[in-house]
Amino acid sequence: MRARRWAGLACAGAAWMAAACPAGAADPGHRGGTLRLTATVSGGSLDPQIAYEHENLQLEAPVYDGLMAFPKSGPVRPGDGDQPIPDLADGPPDIRDGGLTYVFRLRRGVRFSNGQELAAADVAATMRRIFRVNSPAAGPYFGDLVGAGPCLKGGADCTLAGGVVADAAAGTVTFHLARPDPDFLYQLAFPQAAIVPADTPGADTGNIAPPGTGPYRITSYDPDRGLRMERNPYFHAWNPVAQPDGYPDRIEYDFGLDAEAEVTAVENGQYDWMLDTPPGDRLGELGDRYTARVHISDMQVVYYMELNVRRPPFDNPAVRRALNDAIDRHAVVIHEGGPALALPSCGMLPRGLMGYDPACAYGRGASAEHPAPSWQGPDMDRARALVRASGTAGQAVSIVTQTAPVAIAIAGEVRDVLTALGYRATTRAITPTVEFSYLQNTANDVQIGFTGWESDYPAPASYLHTLFACDSFHPGSDNSLNMSGLCDPALDGAMRAASLAQMTDPARADALWRQVGRDVMAQAPVVPLVQTRRVDVVSARVGHVAVSPYYLLLIAQLWVR
Amino acid sequence: MTTAFPSSPAAPSSAAAGRASAGPWRTAGRVLLRNRGAMASLAVLALVGVACLLAPVYARDVAHTDPFTSNVAGTVMLDGRQLDIMQPNDNPLHLGLSPIGPTWRVPAYPLGADSQGRDVAARLLYGGRNSLLIAFSAAALCIVVAAGVGIVAGYAGGVVDAVLSRMMDIMWAVPVYLFAISLSIVTVSQGLRIGPFTVASDNLLIPICIIALVYVPYAARPVRGRVMALRRSEFVTAARGLGVPGHRIVLRDILPNVTGTLVVLAPLMTALALMAESALSFLSIGVQAPAASWGTIIQDGEGLIYTRPMVAVAPGLAIIVVVLALNILGDGMRDALDVRDGDRGRG
Repeated sequence: MRARRWAGLACAGAAWMAAACPAGAADPGHRGGTLRLTATVSGGSLDPQIAYEHENLQLEAPVYDGLMAFPKSGPVRPGDGDQPIPDLADGPPDIRDGGLTYVFRLRRGVRFSNGQELAAADVAATMRRIFRVNSPAAGPYFGDLVGAGPCLKGGADCTLAGGVVADAAAGTVTFHLARPDPDFLYQLAFPQAAIVPADTPGADTGNIAPPGTGPYRITSYDPDRGLRMERNPYFHAWNPVAQPDGYPDRIEYDFGLDAEAEVTAVENGQYDWMLDTPPGDRLGELGDRYTARVHISDMQVVYYMELNVRRPPFDNPAVRRALNDAIDRHAVVIHEGGPALALPSCGMLPRGLMGYDPACAYGRGASAEHPAPSWQGPDMDRARALVRASGTAGQAVSIVTQTAPVAIAIAGEVRDVLTALGYRATTRAITPTVEFSYLQNTANDVQIGFTGWESDYPAPASYLHTLFACDSFHPGSDNSLNMSGLCDPALDGAMRAASLAQMTDPARADALWRQVGRDVMAQAPVVPLVQTRRVDVVSARVGHVAVSPYYLLLIAQLWVR
Repeated sequence: MTTAFPSSPAAPSSAAAGRASAGPWRTAGRVLLRNRGAMASLAVLALVGVACLLAPVYARDVAHTDPFTSNVAGTVMLDGRQLDIMQPNDNPLHLGLSPIGPTWRVPAYPLGADSQGRDVAARLLYGGRNSLLIAFSAAALCIVVAAGVGIVAGYAGGVVDAVLSRMMDIMWAVPVYLFAISLSIVTVSQGLRIGPFTVASDNLLIPICIIALVYVPYAARPVRGRVMALRRSEFVTAARGLGVPGHRIVLRDILPNVTGTLVVLAPLMTALALMAESALSFLSIGVQAPAASWGTIIQDGEGLIYTRPMVAVAPGLAIIVVVLALNILGDGMRDALDVRDGDRGRG
């Protein structure tokens, strides 16, 4: 299976510039059939500007396109999946004015699934729509567009005038930035910048998927039952790496089974793939009896506890540091499935990314001034001393977590640590679909919550700026990714300097981002726990398994025939 | 209590004259003592109760473990070897870890560990304390309330009976577990506030009160029926005719005569309460973590059912044994007290 997979991708990998591979040319003999997927719950809104859960970002990868995209055909070489490539743009943009102006030329002859031809006006309207629907990407990623100010305030006068200029005659779209942004192409490749028709409503479309340009269209969606996808009759492959044609004729996605039942169903061939991570007690069985059907892939995800720096007791930096000292990251690794699937983490940048720093300022034998080369174990004595000095012992702490068993177990671990430090700690589990938004909204008064963050794009800013910058904090909003509420102008300045250095001096940028990571952790607005790897298990009939760091398993590339 | 019998027809009749000196409760006690099944059940219940009461001794002095804190990174000494409590699975991909299984050796995790590396045996004993405490307390509270409601409704009759009976009918109409789950969800998320008093969401009073409340109609109905029959009996009519106040009739003539019914109900209500507590705790709306009950331990074991079934099986067996013992004891008590009723009937 592996040999066939590589043969298919060789064509795609070589061809993204020239678009030499015709649609489905990788292996037309495998085209057809119905792919059956299963998940415990649906991923919420299908609106591409709103959808932010992994589930829908994955689903919509073969439905929508942006001007740029990350490869959707699977990486040919390690790292290939990391770089954005032109998708609806017919080539790399013309970058002018020292990075303040980007000019894209649109591909011609691309049609939405409703038959309408893609036009420059659709791109401009989509950018305005990102702000109008209050997309999570609006502030963090496109706040530097000229004219974005009124849009971020939610005013009706959001026109992005001067920021996004569509020239229908020339077939170009020009973006003007107020400040150079080294990550701008990454941000345009992010799925929330997927282009939809200009007449798409300016509000969350919820269970209705607006037309897209990809090889599939979503024909029905019931968040309680399932989703169906069929081929987009207007699709033709223009770039087999950015948006290859899909193999299955139909994709059927059912919701409702729990993870245990999903594993059994995939083992028995009732479903071809399960979204949810296999439960811990099934991993041994999968690794032993279904070795060839199990695929393990690196994820650029960090799981952590967010600490609300504006609510007691975590408004006290000493308490936040104490928890970082006290937490047993090895125990969390065990909860995540062991060393084969998880790695202790002391920082918020994952391994392999610019600025990644394995050093640890917390725990046994470590300090901010003299970090240990890696996490060495918890330091309960120092943690207790910090808590004693803070005078906060005895306070009640409610830990919000997800209802998934692993999340409950990790929250239990944190509860035990907080109890050992003298707090009256309890856990509260809520459904994963709700929890991520719940943690963000300051109205919910969350003290501490378990969550994970995976890069929207492979740049340090997509972690550190998104999670800790002042402009990512929006009180009272469900879209406030700076869940800790940390706002430090000096830190913002350091992040901007590191971003700018990326454009001219990557080595210096790497050092600057490493320092930013350390500065963030010196304030301890989070407790980084682990980085994890993903386990995918497929049915016996499935072939051509490829995984993207951004779109998870590439469902449209699976062979079921 | 026994002083009430001479004033009512419940006093032993001529047919039981040979045993008159024994008294009805003593007679019932003798019958119960001769019932081997009931006595064995009582012994089992006593054994389980004592074992659960000794949970802190086992955890602290025997197993040297804290059954309420995670111990996934811990080790255990077995046959002179230091073993990880969470053991790597032996598969080509090195996927996953499993908690140590039953060693059947005290104190080295005799029933194995759960997914958080905690000693299942110690948690089983601690869990039993909470499960039994809730079950017995809820049953007692339920019977007290049911006795009050049943006696008032049955003796007062008329509007009072109609109102109380309709309330019981409404409660009866709602499936008992649905009723309990609804109440538990509300109280688990917010605690219970009654005027100036606040009960925290993790307080055992909450499941006790909820379980007692939902089973009140089940106990109140037979009590009401018995009281209605007694109200029309000659000795109550005679007492009324003599001008005995109503509350005195209830306390001296009615209550002693429904006590047998309540006593028979007690073990059965305890069994029902134990199962209800386990169900609520299994659903995370009964006993709250890190405290344990048999229901929470079954929930802990749900995720390990394929690899370490003992985590769920052990508390499940404990529930089965205790419920079975309570039911057999209840049957024995019913048989014992039926003898007294039979004597009375022949009189």
